[in-house]
Amino acid sequence: MRHLLSTADLSHSDALSILDTAEEMSAVATREVKKLPTLRGRTVVNLFFEDSTRTRISFEAAAKRLSADVMNFSAKGSSVSKGESLKDTVQTLEAIGADAIVMRHWASGAAAQLAASGWTDCAVVNAGDGTHEHPTQALLDALTLRRGWAAGRGHGPRGTDLTGMRVLIVGDILHSRVARSGVWLLNTLGAEVGLVAPPTLLPVGVEQWPVSVHYSFDEALASGPHAVMMLRVQAERMGGAFFPTPAEYTRRWGLTDERLARVERLNGPGGDGAMILHPGPMNRGVEISAAAADSPLNRVLDQVSHGVSVRMAVLHLLLSQSHDDGSSA
Amino acid sequence: MTDHLILGAKILGETTADLVLRDGKIATLGADTAAPREGVPLETIDATGLIALPGMVDLHTHLREPGREDAETVETGSRAAALGGFTAVHAMANSSPVADTAGVVEQVHRLGLESGWTEVHPVGAVTVGLAGENLAELGAMAESSAQVRMFSDDGICVHNPVLMRRALEYVKSFDGFVAQHAQEPLLTEGAQMNEGCVSSVLGLPGWPAVAEEAIISRDVLLAQHVESRLHVCHVSTKGSVEIIRWAKERGIDVTAEVTPHHLILTEEMVRSFNPVYKVNPPLRTAEDVQALREALADGTIDVVGTDHAPHPTQLKECEWHQAAMGMTGLETALSVVQHTMVETGMMDWRRFAEVTSVRPAEIARHGHQGRPLAVGEPANLILVDPQARRTVRPEEHATKGRNSPFSGMELPGRVHSTFLAGHRVVADGALQTSLTGREAD
Ligand SMILES: [Zn+2]
Repeated sequence: MRHLLSTADLSHSDALSILDTAEEMSAVATREVKKLPTLRGRTVVNLFFEDSTRTRISFEAAAKRLSADVMNFSAKGSSVSKGESLKDTVQTLEAIGADAIVMRHWASGAAAQLAASGWTDCAVVNAGDGTHEHPTQALLDALTLRRGWAAGRGHGPRGTDLTGMRVLIVGDILHSRVARSGVWLLNTLGAEVGLVAPPTLLPVGVEQWPVSVHYSFDEALASGPHAVMMLRVQAERMGGAFFPTPAEYTRRWGLTDERLARVERLNGPGGDGAMILHPGPMNRGVEISAAAADSPLNRVLDQVSHGVSVRMAVLHLLLSQSHDDGSSA
Repeated sequence: MTDHLILGAKILGETTADLVLRDGKIATLGADTAAPREGVPLETIDATGLIALPGMVDLHTHLREPGREDAETVETGSRAAALGGFTAVHAMANSSPVADTAGVVEQVHRLGLESGWTEVHPVGAVTVGLAGENLAELGAMAESSAQVRMFSDDGICVHNPVLMRRALEYVKSFDGFVAQHAQEPLLTEGAQMNEGCVSSVLGLPGWPAVAEEAIISRDVLLAQHVESRLHVCHVSTKGSVEIIRWAKERGIDVTAEVTPHHLILTEEMVRSFNPVYKVNPPLRTAEDVQALREALADGTIDVVGTDHAPHPTQLKECEWHQAAMGMTGLETALSVVQHTMVETGMMDWRRFAEVTSVRPAEIARHGHQGRPLAVGEPANLILVDPQARRTVRPEEHATKGRNSPFSGMELPGRVHSTFLAGHRVVADGALQTSLTGREAD
C-alpha cells in the first residue's frame, strides 16, 4: 500500500491487515505510556480544505502516538481559497519535508488526483473527499462492527472478517462519503449491506451496488440487521428539495424511540439488540432520538477511540513500509 | 500563385486520378493533366496512397479571441484547423466580449482573413451577452461583413422556450439557423459528469441524459411549429438520437452534430479524476457511444463538429470540480473519425466527406465549401494518408491548448496536405504559408 485513497481498491487482505494492526494499536492506548517510536523523525501534514476538527484531532492523536511530527495546515480561508492551487500548496508542503499528507477536501477525487499527479512523493491519506470516500471512517466502523461480531461468536477479532453480518446504513446515501466507503469495505469483508433512504437521497446507479435497497426503514428492520448505522442529515439538505420537512424525515427515516424499541429486540451479534453506529456529530431529534443516542447499544464513543487506532494503523503501514524498502505495492 | 499537380490521389478513397489546381479551382481531373503555364511555377505532389477529400468544415470551434488570448487566438486556432484538415471553421460566440454585435463578429472575421490558414466564420450569439434574456442583434450580424447565418449561445442553453421560439422565427428572415446547446439548466446545476453507475461511485454530481433530451424534444417541436431550422450541437445520448430520428421522420428541419470525443470516450475515463476528461456535455456510456456511431453512419446525425475547446493549463491542473469543461479537437478529429467510423466499417471515405465537409457546408450555406471534387470547383481540399499511425502528443499541437483527451493514444490517419482556395497551407503534415503569406514560426 502506497496511499489510502478509497476502500474500493482495498483487497480483503489489505483490509484485514489494517484492522489487525489497529487492534495492536488499541492495545497501546491502554498502556500507561501511550506512545510508540515507529514514526520518529517522520512528518505528517494534516491538510484540511474543509473544517473537520474531529477528524483532524483524531489523525493528530494517531500521528503523535506514533512519535511523528505533525503539522496542521488549514487551507480554508488561507491563500488556497484565494487562488493558490492545490499543486503549489502540496509542493510547498513537500519542500517543508512532509512524508505523508492527510487530506480532507471538499472536492470528490482530490486525494486520487494528488496521488496520481506526480506533484509529491508523499504518501496520501484520504481523510474525506467531497461526496466520494472517507476510507478511515469506514475502517473504524468496520473495526467497531468486527469487535461486536467476533465477541458475539465467542472469539477474538484478529484475523476475522464480517461474513454473515447484516448491516443497515440509513440516511443520505447520495451525499455521503461515509456510506460509499462503508459499502465497499463491508462488502469486501463479507457483510450483507442494506441501504435505507428516501429515493431522493439515493444515487442514480445504486442498483449496481452490492447492496439491497429499502425505502422503508421499518421493512428494513424486519430483515433482522445485526447493526444499524445512522448517517447525519446535513442542514443544507433540509430546505425541502430532498424531503418535505425534517419532521417527516424523522418520522420515516429517523431512529425514533419506537424504532429503538425494535432495535433492542433484534438479535444483535450477541443476541441482545443490534449495534447502533453513527459517524458523529449526531443531530439529536432528527436522524436519531435522544434515547437512541444515549442507548447502551450505541457505539459512537467506541467509534471515536477506534478512529485513533485505525489511523495509527494506516500511518504505520504506509510510512514504515515505504521507509524500509521504498517499494510500493 | 503556384499551380499544383497532384499525381495519383484516390478521389474520396475510390478511383485514382491526377488533379491540377489552378487559380483557386480544380482545373483538371483525370488523366489529361494540363501542361505547365508559362511563368507560373508548378508544384508536383506524389499522392500515391493518399486520399483526396473536400476540406473539412467545422461547425463548432472555440477560438477564444477576443478575450482569452492566453487560451487560443484566431491565428493559433486557424493553424490547428489547417493542420487538422479544416478549410473552414465556425468560431463560437462565447468570447469576451461576446460575439453578439456586428462589431465583434466583424473583428473575428477580419482576424480570420488576416491569418489566412483557414476560413473563419463567426457564430453570432442568440441572446445579448449569452444571458438568455434578450435577442442579440441577429439581423445586424447577418448583414455585417461576416455574413453570419449560424447563431448559438453555445456553452449555455437557450432554455427560455419563448426566447428560443422567437430566435427560431427571427432567423428565417435571412435563412439563418439556431444551433442549440441542449442542457436543461436546473437539472444540471453543479453537474460534473454523466449521471449513472460511475457518478454514483465517484460521488460527483450527475448530469442526467434527460437534461439534454428534454431540451431537444422541446426544440424539435418548436422548430416544427414555426417551420424553422434547428441544429443540435454535440448530441451525446442514445435518447437524443432517438428523438432526432423521430423528428426527421416527421419532416422537421433539424440537423445534428456529434463530436469526435463522444464517438470514442466513455464516462469510465472519469474514474481517473483527470480533468482532461471533463467536458460539456459529459462523456456518456458505451451504449451511448455505439448509438452515436450508428446515427452518424445512417444520417440521423448529419455532421461531426469538434467542439475544440482549448484551455490554459491551470484550468485543467486542479480539482475536478474547479476544472474548466472542454477538450481540444481540431488536430485529432480526422484520426478519431477514421478510427471509430471508417476502420470499423461503419462508413466509407465518401460518407466521411459528407459528415465532415459536405453537410456542414450545406447547413452553414457556404456554396464554395464541401463541394464535389470536380473540374471547376473551388480547390478547398485535403490529402489524407490513411495508413499513417501516430501517437497523439498535445505538446506538439499548433493549438495553444494542451488539453487533449487523446494524449498518448495511437490513432490512424494523418492530414498530408491542406489546400485553401488552391493555396497549399499544409504540406507533408507541416504548415507552409497562409493565403496572406504568414509563415509558421
Ligand atoms: Zn456546447
